[in-house]
Amino acid sequence: MVPLNYFLILAAILFCLGVIGFVMKRNLITMFMSIELMLNSVNLTFVAFSRHINVLSGQIFVFFVMVIAAAEAAVGLAIIVAFYRNRESLNVDEVDRMKL
Amino acid sequence: MTLPQVPILPILPELILTLFGIAVMLFDPFTAKPHKSWLSSLAFIGVLAALAGNVLLLAAEGEYYNGMIIVDSFSVFFNFLFLIIAGLSILASRQYLVREGVNHSEYYGLLLFATVGMCFMGGANELIMIFIGLEITSISTYVLAGFRRTDLKSNEAAIKYFLLGSFATAFLLYGIALMYGATHTTHLSQISSALLTGRIDLRLVLAGTALMMVGFSFKVATAPFQIWTPDVYEGAPIPVTGWMSVGPKAAGFAAFLRVFFVALPALDQKWFWVLWVSSVLTMTIGNTAAMLQSNIKRMLAYSSIAHAGYILVAFAALTPNGIASIMFYLLAYSVMNLGAFAVISAWSLSGERRVTIDEFAGLGYRQPWLAAAFTVFLLGLTGIPLTAGFTGKFFMFRAAINSKLYWLTIIALLNSAASLYYYLRPTIAMYMREPGESGRTSAPQDSAPLQISMATKVVIAVSVLAVFYLGLFPSTILDFAQSSAFLVH
Amino acid sequence: MTFDQILFYCLAAIAIISALMVITRRNPVHSAMFLITTLFSVAGIYLQLHAEFLAAVQVIVYVGGIMVLFLFVIMLVNLEVVSTERRFNKQWIIALIASAVLLVEFGYVIVRGGKSSLLPPVTGPAQDLTRKNSEQIGLMLYQNYMLPFEIASLLLLVAIIGAVILAKRRLASDK
Repeated sequence: MVPLNYFLILAAILFCLGVIGFVMKRNLITMFMSIELMLNSVNLTFVAFSRHINVLSGQIFVFFVMVIAAAEAAVGLAIIVAFYRNRESLNVDEVDRMKL
Repeated sequence: MTLPQVPILPILPELILTLFGIAVMLFDPFTAKPHKSWLSSLAFIGVLAALAGNVLLLAAEGEYYNGMIIVDSFSVFFNFLFLIIAGLSILASRQYLVREGVNHSEYYGLLLFATVGMCFMGGANELIMIFIGLEITSISTYVLAGFRRTDLKSNEAAIKYFLLGSFATAFLLYGIALMYGATHTTHLSQISSALLTGRIDLRLVLAGTALMMVGFSFKVATAPFQIWTPDVYEGAPIPVTGWMSVGPKAAGFAAFLRVFFVALPALDQKWFWVLWVSSVLTMTIGNTAAMLQSNIKRMLAYSSIAHAGYILVAFAALTPNGIASIMFYLLAYSVMNLGAFAVISAWSLSGERRVTIDEFAGLGYRQPWLAAAFTVFLLGLTGIPLTAGFTGKFFMFRAAINSKLYWLTIIALLNSAASLYYYLRPTIAMYMREPGESGRTSAPQDSAPLQISMATKVVIAVSVLAVFYLGLFPSTILDFAQSSAFLVH
Repeated sequence: MTFDQILFYCLAAIAIISALMVITRRNPVHSAMFLITTLFSVAGIYLQLHAEFLAAVQVIVYVGGIMVLFLFVIMLVNLEVVSTERRFNKQWIIALIASAVLLVEFGYVIVRGGKSSLLPPVTGPAQDLTRKNSEQIGLMLYQNYMLPFEIASLLLLVAIIGAVILAKRRLASDK
């Protein structure tokens, strides 16, 4: 049997990889993919806990997280497309019209 | 399988708003272009109907839908606040949308749907409801921020808000997941009772609390998670900026208060210091940076950060009085800020030009009433006596003093005093300087007489009246806030 | 080592390695493909945890829907410009340090938290969880979680409207 901790540690590693990707990448789409990675690790945490305590509500939560991930993907990619049409670039360093 | 009962009354305002939001978009194709403004009237009627529905809610207190939502005076108060914000924003957007050529009915639809999300956040009794409400609000806001989609600044605002917002959502969710693992539930009062048993893993709970705090801090723009605010507020369309600075922020605070006071009171000594430090940072960063701005939208963005810091002062008081004063202040801040943005929207020119502080020069001569109203809002935001800003701050800081937070209160007062500097700058420009003195030569059509629509005038007039009403007769609303704050605590 | 453990280690290794590839590849199409691999292996882990419904949804919605949308958008925008840009931005050292701290913190919390008696390792199949996972989730969605389930439809409506209004081509009426 696989202990609960193993699942949680895997999820934590995936979450941190997502964070690293988000902060370090320059491409808007890959930054967004890193967020998907983070959401996946959250889902894994929920499922692992849900299995561990034998209560299904965690899986329901994951279901809603997936709904929201889908909605965010639709809107986020539409925003990226709109930006690209005006700017012809997806480099985050060019999101710089406004500086401090 | 038996389907559960579906009580309509507890979600009446949300239902009405949803129906009107759909109706606004359904009628759009059947409305000729010159009559499109009629749709904003329809949206406004929807808000009025929801306000009426909200009054009925007062008689329906209790938990509904398996404890998913709760109707109490706390949620009713916030519903009122969100609906007032939505109503004023709809009126304030009307002229702007026509001028900028983005008069699509979807704008009003999204605004109404976002308000639905906010209402669910205020009445949520389950982390899952808070989360879904938050996402409805956030996704609508991402789109509204990018609503001038052919404009690069608006695109950038949407992108920044979207990427950082989703990033923060992931943190909030991870926090919820750890909390679920530790307490085996996402129901707020069940979390609270699980914590009281003392048989749970405190490390997981603390990690979960910290991560949730990151998520909420981002949504209400408090330090160190406020970095997105100035760019997003500057790039978003003016009425959207006005709405964003009060609506989603108030909803964020409603959920923040509810989660921390209902679910996590057992740990309040642990998160108290985080609030304390965050409050000092937020106020100081907001006020310092606001002094350096030349764009009025950016200045008000930093000012909104500073105001979130003042609110955290009362949050850190950890008393029902503190909560009540936050509720009162959110209302006061909303009317002042919405009024100020209505003035900016009326004075700016198509394409969002004429939004720097220097360009307010001469407004005092050309539009004395507009200038007077703007002065009232700015003085209110500073916290000058007789205005809503003063009473609001007075109650918040008094709550902090009652909890013996002397240092925090002193820092907040110093910050308040410093804020006078940047709030006076537009006022000085309006009255003391001639237009063109700043070296810019304005095009002839720019000095044409201002056309201010009836709707904008109504917003400004109502806001001015509200600023003085809340400043002079705060007791009715404060009493109501106090009665609901006890329910939370 | 039992079969279960070997399976877990394999899936976890695939998930982590492809996640690393997602954030290190220069070409967004490659990143997307590796993200799909991660999603598949996480779906496998869901199966191991007896969350059959979610495993199916993961494959259908995430891989079949969301990731296809990603690939579609990557194809839509100009790929050549994108792929020649520098991979990382300037703050990567700070980012790496901050993330390392975060990972250590999570690791500490989970490892130490897991050692206490309140989080014993998963042993034996759960009684109710193993049987008819999808049916149970369906029942819960329509009974206890009916309100969030219905509101999720509003969320999707908002997303549809938002995506259409932002991404549709410019109309003559636009300024």
